[in-house]
Amino acid sequence: MNELELQALLPFMVLAAASVVVILLIAFRMSHTVIQVVGFLMACLVIFSMWYVKDTLPREVPPLFIVDGFGALFTGIIIFSMMVVGLFSYIYFEEREENPKEYYILLFLATLGAALLTISRHFISLFIALEILSVSLYALIAYLRNRNNAVEAGIKYLVLAAVSSAFLLFGMALIYMDTGSMEFTAIAQKTTSSNPSVLFLVGFGIMLVAIGFKLALVPFHFWAADVYQGAPSPVGAFIATISKIGVFAVLLRFAQTVNLQHNSLAIAVLSAIAMASMIVGNLLALRQQNIKRLVAYSSIAHFGYLMVAFLPGNAAGLEAAAFYLMAYSVTLLSVFGVITILSTRVKDAEGLAIYKGLFHTRPLLTCVLTISLLSLAGIPLTAGFVAKFFILAAGVQQQLWLPVIVLVLTSVIGLYYYLRIVTTLFSTPAPGTNNTPKTLHPFFYVSTYIALVAMTLVLCWLGVFPQALVDGIREFLLIH
Amino acid sequence: MILVWIIALLLIGGLLSWFAAQWNKHLAKWIALGCTVAGLILVSWLCMHYKDAAPAGSTWFIDYKTNWIPAFGIGFHLALDGLSLVLLLLTFFLGTLAVLCSWTEIKEKQGFYFFNLLWTLAGICGVFVAMDLFLFYFFWEVMLVPMYFLISIWGDTNRRYASYKFFIFTQAGGLLMLLSILALYFIHAQQTGIYSFDYFDLLHTAPEAATAKWIMMGFLIAFIIKLPVVPFHNWLPDAHSEAPTAGSLILAGLLLKTGAYGIIRFVITLFPQQAQEIAWWAMLFAAIGIIYGAFLAFAQTDLKRLIAYTSVSHMGFVLLGVFAFNEIAMQGVVLQIITHGISTGALFVMAGALKERLHTRDINQMGGLWAAMPTMGGVALVFTMASLGLPVLGNFIAEFLVLIGAFSANATLTVIATLGLIFSAFYALRMMQKVFFGPAKPVSPIKDMSAREMLMMAALTISIIVLGLFPQPVMDVVRGVVQNLVAMKK
Repeated sequence: MNELELQALLPFMVLAAASVVVILLIAFRMSHTVIQVVGFLMACLVIFSMWYVKDTLPREVPPLFIVDGFGALFTGIIIFSMMVVGLFSYIYFEEREENPKEYYILLFLATLGAALLTISRHFISLFIALEILSVSLYALIAYLRNRNNAVEAGIKYLVLAAVSSAFLLFGMALIYMDTGSMEFTAIAQKTTSSNPSVLFLVGFGIMLVAIGFKLALVPFHFWAADVYQGAPSPVGAFIATISKIGVFAVLLRFAQTVNLQHNSLAIAVLSAIAMASMIVGNLLALRQQNIKRLVAYSSIAHFGYLMVAFLPGNAAGLEAAAFYLMAYSVTLLSVFGVITILSTRVKDAEGLAIYKGLFHTRPLLTCVLTISLLSLAGIPLTAGFVAKFFILAAGVQQQLWLPVIVLVLTSVIGLYYYLRIVTTLFSTPAPGTNNTPKTLHPFFYVSTYIALVAMTLVLCWLGVFPQALVDGIREFLLIH
Repeated sequence: MILVWIIALLLIGGLLSWFAAQWNKHLAKWIALGCTVAGLILVSWLCMHYKDAAPAGSTWFIDYKTNWIPAFGIGFHLALDGLSLVLLLLTFFLGTLAVLCSWTEIKEKQGFYFFNLLWTLAGICGVFVAMDLFLFYFFWEVMLVPMYFLISIWGDTNRRYASYKFFIFTQAGGLLMLLSILALYFIHAQQTGIYSFDYFDLLHTAPEAATAKWIMMGFLIAFIIKLPVVPFHNWLPDAHSEAPTAGSLILAGLLLKTGAYGIIRFVITLFPQQAQEIAWWAMLFAAIGIIYGAFLAFAQTDLKRLIAYTSVSHMGFVLLGVFAFNEIAMQGVVLQIITHGISTGALFVMAGALKERLHTRDINQMGGLWAAMPTMGGVALVFTMASLGLPVLGNFIAEFLVLIGAFSANATLTVIATLGLIFSAFYALRMMQKVFFGPAKPVSPIKDMSAREMLMMAALTISIIVLGLFPQPVMDVVRGVVQNLVAMKK
């Protein structure tokens, strides 16, 4: 490994260093506030280093990594999401009894895992990155260890993630047996010469179980609702955005390298999974009364939509997926931000009853939540609409009529439960719920509010003028 | 550029009145009124300006185009022709009335209310002038969300159900239309290599016959849900009856018209061949709608539901006329769009006024109201007569023209549709009888119309009578458009 390769990995090393810095801060008994601020600065440093190495891209770090525009783009979304999650964490954990400091170590480590996934081009790095992510998540999910739900969610995730890791390893082993290599490009060379062998397809199928588990695609979605509900709200936001973005990025890279979309069997399986996710996710969300569970099912459906963009396997699909992920993460982070702010010391703001008539007491939060929900539903003037439009365009272009029509019909179903929340927000409030709890940490409350409003404005801006972002995405994707 | 200003006026006015309501509740409605009146003046000025000046060789008065999302060939393209001009005039006329009739009815969250009202109007204006299909879809949805809020926040007791139903029905149609738009876009790109959503580019796209049929169905479904045509009319009575008065006024007067406009502007011009192939079916459903709507209207006891079903019946004439493919029927359709907007709008305003006084919409609880409120009774009589197609009033001309035109296209179905005029007398007279005549129900003393209501009703009455006596100016303005449409057939 030479100097230039090290330079390309600089952002990831800064990210790793950040967790060490947090450990040191804890050792010196620094306060939560100091850790939060230093964590924020470290995240800024990561972004700065990304900007610094941007011109030297793309750079391969054989055999494990390739730092290219694609990786930079997805890492960018991940780091952005992490900063927002970190901000939410302060007010969320400061309210609670538990010592929040170690939380930040895990947060940085999990982010590092997700970020490494986006630049992996080798099974070894894929597996290690995924394990860094998963192991941190076990602890993060069960962080509020006095709550039954949290422990249940943690155990559930632990067991299922361990099983899925086993599947992943077995699938990798089969592909290795078939092709004799664990590097994506080498695998691609072996498979493009002839039709992929049965062994390769079986191997990929088994790997798909693990990927499907991480992305909570149907039929591997059973953990999602319980984990979203049990995990602390910021961690829920983390699972919904960062961990899924990382895994989706590596899936995209693998599929792109081995030309997976040229195989009709793989396409058939993937589109079946996509359609099942859209249908099941939307149907299960219909009757949910718990907003965190509802978001869980809705995000199952959203990754179904995203798989429709994945199916064409061309530039349009890739752009659509990248745009969709950005719109989706900003939207979901806003939703979780509102949940975090409304959560009280003893209980997260989960029940729909808490949101009844919120417009009368917290108009600003209501606007944020309404716009986010409309964006999730794909209503114009929001980024979600443009994102869904790009996906539809990519699908129609490849004439994937069945998945596209399922997407349209399930979006209509999805509309119902988003509208249900919106209507609840604007209905007349139940009497006696008019007490806004006093804020303990004005500075962080204000900055969370500012972040939420800024993200909402971004959603609207992207919904009306998406051109700049599309250009940006294209520019990044060209660097490879 | 003036079209951009008209839409921006409503959008900015909406935001302003929302913020203004934080300081002063009355300011919100004055801002809203100011915006709609300003828009009305602007559009009237446009009417005066373009009345005689038919540009050589083109039916388009104004054409404004700029880039929006060039990466996908999406432009911000607005254009105005005779049809759009007439519809814009109707939009601002009814828009002004909608603001006026919410003057005292809306008591809470006025700022947000007028915000939604103006944004719905902005969406409707956009729909009428957008000439880029992506932009059209965009406005199509923009008018939907604020309307949903109008129903779900300020509606009646069953408002939640009605608002979901309204939104989901329309959205389902809209998304199918989006798929069709995309299919057309890619077919155009395959044929010419140019990626464009522009109406005038796509006009020359000729997909294969089988494909074109499916693509047309996508458009058609969106529009006939909105119109509505009978199997898809289900959302309409709920939405109309639960919405606040201004909401019903805009729904009946304008939103339904966007469906008619869509059929005329997009279905017929983009797919002339396929449209003629289904013309018989369309006319059949139109005739069914006319009769069925009239029968259901006769059976209602809820005043607003009754009026809503008359819309189903009257919009049947629009569908009938459009698919007759001749000039006289098409002129009738345009007139029907306008006169139905005015007459049904007036009936909804009246129903709203009665609701405000009696706190009920049930016509069994009304009766003998003529004695207490003779002015309103008189006005109601005018619009009931308009609704059943009495000569001198605008609706007569419209329906008469449609029937004459349709008769040459399909005599049998037209005869069936004509029966609708007879049935309309049933429901209209029953409504009049139940509400204003008969034994008076013991109710506390009620006021007759206020000056504000008089003003609104006077405007509506004058316009319906003027249209009934002198429909020619409207026909002149849309003549170019209509002749082009009919020429499509050859």
